[in-house]
Amino acid sequence: MPVDMRTRIGQVELPNLVLTASGCAGAGRELAQFVDVARVGALISKSIMAEPHTGNPSPRLTETPSGMLNSVGMQGPGIDAFLQRDLPWLLSRGARVVVSIAGRTVREYAELAARLSDTAGVTAIEVNLSCPNAEDAGRLFAFDPQRAGSVVTAVRASARYDIPVFAKLAPDVTDLVAVAGACVAAGADGLSLINTLAGMAIDASTMRPALAGTYGGLSGPAIRPVAVRCIWQVREAFPSVPIIGMGGVRTGRDALELLLAGATMIAVGTEIMHDPAACTRVLRELETELAVLSVDRAADVVGQAHGRFPRGFAGRT
Amino acid sequence: MPRCSPARRVGEAMAPVQIRGTVLTLRRVDAYHALTLVAPAIATKFRPGQFITVAVGGPETSMLGRRAFAVHDVRPDHGGTVEFVFDASGPGTRWLATLRARDVLDTVGPLGRPFPLPKDPSSCLLLGVGYGSAPLFALAARLKERGCSIDYLLGAQSADRVFGALTARRNGRSAAVATSDGSFGARGPVTLLLEQIIREARTDVIYASAPVPVLREVTAIANRYTIPVQASVDVPMACGTGVCMGCVLPVTGTDGITRMVRSCVDGPVFRGDLIRWDDMGTIPFDALGAPGWSPGQQVHRAG
Repeated sequence: MPVDMRTRIGQVELPNLVLTASGCAGAGRELAQFVDVARVGALISKSIMAEPHTGNPSPRLTETPSGMLNSVGMQGPGIDAFLQRDLPWLLSRGARVVVSIAGRTVREYAELAARLSDTAGVTAIEVNLSCPNAEDAGRLFAFDPQRAGSVVTAVRASARYDIPVFAKLAPDVTDLVAVAGACVAAGADGLSLINTLAGMAIDASTMRPALAGTYGGLSGPAIRPVAVRCIWQVREAFPSVPIIGMGGVRTGRDALELLLAGATMIAVGTEIMHDPAACTRVLRELETELAVLSVDRAADVVGQAHGRFPRGFAGRT
Repeated sequence: MPRCSPARRVGEAMAPVQIRGTVLTLRRVDAYHALTLVAPAIATKFRPGQFITVAVGGPETSMLGRRAFAVHDVRPDHGGTVEFVFDASGPGTRWLATLRARDVLDTVGPLGRPFPLPKDPSSCLLLGVGYGSAPLFALAARLKERGCSIDYLLGAQSADRVFGALTARRNGRSAAVATSDGSFGARGPVTLLLEQIIREARTDVIYASAPVPVLREVTAIANRYTIPVQASVDVPMACGTGVCMGCVLPVTGTDGITRMVRSCVDGPVFRGDLIRWDDMGTIPFDALGAPGWSPGQQVHRAG
């Protein structure tokens, strides 16, 4: 019997729980050449800003062992072009779209959320909190529970009531549970864990930083253990809050690991750069993994690793 | 100046495919390697100037970036084969050099915008540096079909790094070579010979595939003779499909607005005069969406 892979975000039912992570599926068109976007659980857009943004100079990416370090710097067309061009195209292809938003001030976030609320077809809003706060000397919103919470409060207040708001958190903070708690208290309907970790590489041949932006965000399988830890901790603290788990998912087994840690959905990110068809492959592999474990519904394994006894324990006694 | 037909927009028929290509042969070509894959779905869609990407390191690889290579040649045998040339200089390409016949390689292609072809028979100069010359020979075949005459100008560090000199000599109306160490042809950069060839061959259009500094100089020289340059840029890519935004460069659009465009989807072939060579590796202050840029500015410039 096929495994039930369905899940829900707010009012919207997704055919499956494998999504594309923000910034890893382009505008969707790039991916559509290799996979049917309607078969992806949902696409999380690249973070949209109020205005067009060039991003950082190149080089922007460098490969590290099992990882990718990037400082793209939020290059994007801005909300107007996104709403006119990218979103309608995705919807016409039958895709479900979670829109990631990025701002420099609390007000910018709120205005973006308001714009999205006037638009049909937004499945959810993901608030990218790993943005420099222009009102706090460029410190990331995600680094401070209070500031992260104030963004979520503002977004929740201006977003339409039936659009779920997910807060995407940075893993490299002193107390992740505190930041997660502040976002939940501020009205976040769910959390996205994890964003990239800050990293740096130096090119030995030029004796200079490998990235024009000096630091970059580390992603890929190298950070998967960090993702598992973060999801575990947040699930432990807030068992009823939905989590989109992401961070180095490469195979169905990796996806299963994040589900067991407590993620209700999975997003595939950097692996899409390595394998453009990764999303549907991971879904297929996850289905097989679950079938082997005789699981009927993917939702049944969410957070199972938190159980007291390992699977099969009862059978052996 | 010949009119160049703009590269057709990538439609469904030209869409790239992801396949598991079987290695047919891997051979040494002087300092380089040439790998031929059985890949009918790519071979039938390919147009000169396009590239493919391959995943390196096997299924459990720690190398996440795909490696991009210009297609050197496609042949109809075995249903369709694709050949690319590489320099085994990094961990990914060294792994490629260990492949054997019948090994399977995760391959995506054909990717990117091909070289636009002139509408009328023209005098074309094909300029390549190192194994950058690999995509020029398939282009030459297409140009010849259209009655164009071909002059080659090839260059490299040393004789063993000049790719395709023999083919160039056989197929071209003329073929000049320049090497930095003087071990083959003239001693010095290719640009040393460029002006002389342009004058003698009465060049109408230059197709160039070379490192960025060379392309920049070629474009500058061609501008003096008001010759269009179709430049295939070699910018490091991580995905090749347009999702990672890693391979951007500042290019002025026909509307006069500079944008940071991806060389994998909007290139790798660009009109040389539209690339802002002096601003490579930076964000030009007047680029769309640059810091300090405002929407009003765009209206002003566009209007």
